[in-house]
Amino acid sequence: MSRISSLHDAVAELVVDGDTVALEGFTHLIPHAAGHEIIRQGRRDLHLVRMTPDMVYDQLIGAGCATKLTFSWGGNPGVGSLQRFRDAVENQWPHPLEIEEHSHAGMATRYAAGAANLPFGILRGYVGTGLPEHTSTITQIECPFTGESLTAVPALRPDVSIVHAQRADREGNVQMWGLTGVQKEAVLAAKRSIVTVEEIVDHLEPVPYSVVLPWWVVTAVCEVPNGAHPSFAMGYSVRDNAFYKAWDAVSKDRESFTAWIEQHVLGTTTYEEFRRSAGVEVPASV
Amino acid sequence: MSDVAPITEDYTTDELMIVNAARQLGALAAAGRPVCFVGIGLPSTAANLARRLYSPAPVLVYESGCIGSKPTRLPLSIGDGELGETADAVVSVPEIFAYWLQAGRIDVGFLGGAQLDKYANINSTVIGDYEHPSTRLPGAGGAPEIAASAGAVMVIMRQSKRAFVERCDFRSSVGYGDGPGDRQRFGLQGGGPKWVITDLGVLEPDPVTCELTMVALHPGVSREHAVAATGWSLQFAGEVSTTTPPTAGELDALRVLQAA
Repeated sequence: MSRISSLHDAVAELVVDGDTVALEGFTHLIPHAAGHEIIRQGRRDLHLVRMTPDMVYDQLIGAGCATKLTFSWGGNPGVGSLQRFRDAVENQWPHPLEIEEHSHAGMATRYAAGAANLPFGILRGYVGTGLPEHTSTITQIECPFTGESLTAVPALRPDVSIVHAQRADREGNVQMWGLTGVQKEAVLAAKRSIVTVEEIVDHLEPVPYSVVLPWWVVTAVCEVPNGAHPSFAMGYSVRDNAFYKAWDAVSKDRESFTAWIEQHVLGTTTYEEFRRSAGVEVPASV
Repeated sequence: MSDVAPITEDYTTDELMIVNAARQLGALAAAGRPVCFVGIGLPSTAANLARRLYSPAPVLVYESGCIGSKPTRLPLSIGDGELGETADAVVSVPEIFAYWLQAGRIDVGFLGGAQLDKYANINSTVIGDYEHPSTRLPGAGGAPEIAASAGAVMVIMRQSKRAFVERCDFRSSVGYGDGPGDRQRFGLQGGGPKWVITDLGVLEPDPVTCELTMVALHPGVSREHAVAATGWSLQFAGEVSTTTPPTAGELDALRVLQAA
């Protein structure tokens, strides 16, 4: 079922206005190029889902693509706040953003339940915090075997999940390794999926700790070298910490953010062009 | 005198907090409780410093799925490549939270935040009203379940009236709730916050009232200073000690680590 396609065509066909969309990646393998393509194609009214919304979601939110965010931690790791996310929540700019807030453990449990085709997942969590009071998708249940009180959270079932991986073969089997986060669960929980990869190869050689998503659970595979930049792809690149640090100044006010998006994202057609436009080099793996 | 480490006053408050946290981790590792669930920033620096200074060394577990990471330089994010490349095992995020943290395999977790109250509850979610916050913070992340399930919790935060408050605007993670008995009532399996290491000294929960109480002050810090930097009526332990200043050896190791 997975087919090799351009990122443009995959997003055009598979990401629809109003969809629930998860672009996952836990610091490693963040699908930044796919986020740009969603902005370029002007998607609106998206319900974005992600454990750790970072710079990519800051861009999607600031560019007006999203009306809802389900998440557990929204920041620029090691740097500070997400300025566009904050502006949306604090000042409703560019428009109001509904939030559904969880913890990491809760989000991971929700994806795992979605991947397993269960209606909900259980964990020991949230009790005593302020989250259940504000988030309707957190509730207590009684264990039918022990009577113990546990927390239930509904499965996440995105319309489309998007992840980045190191490589795929020509059949569309996907292989990723290193920190693979919650990506396997996000893809298996979704109705449709797009995987951008560093390269498409003839044969997938085994790699320690690798996760393989067989071709029949992935909708589209797109070859996008450096598509995770400024995040990284282990074995191909290292994290571009300077880019994350620089984002703080770009995103600080609405004008500089909008000018940056218009010039470098809307004014380009591919991630390669974006990088040339923004003058960014991808730090290569040693 | 040759076995007495030279003492220098030439250190920053960050270095002071990191060294004191590292010492505590060294003591825990020596007591057979080596497994740390580490976040980024000062806790990661402290845990990595302790790994260089002490034997047995702490075991570093990162929420990105790295178990037993041995980074040679400090990571900027919990998912830096170095953490995975040097780990004994790399697992998925659902697994790290379910099989390792929730199951009780973590000895000590770290928390920090924008606000800490006298019962060691922490706010990293919003300042002001939740629906109309004056400042939207990143959110709870891994904190609620670290606070619930880690064997013990260490908090590293700068002490100020703005941050050390009578009651948090939002409770992102639970320390002792509203006082004695709340952790048991909530069914929390971990031990809760045991040490709050600040730029002024160390606070620990009172064994009876659970209220954070100043048990140690750093050299040169007065009680009045600590009281003025605390938003609740700060209590002191019967005996308040003075922490040992960072030694030249500790500072050297820390600076080498930070320069790597």
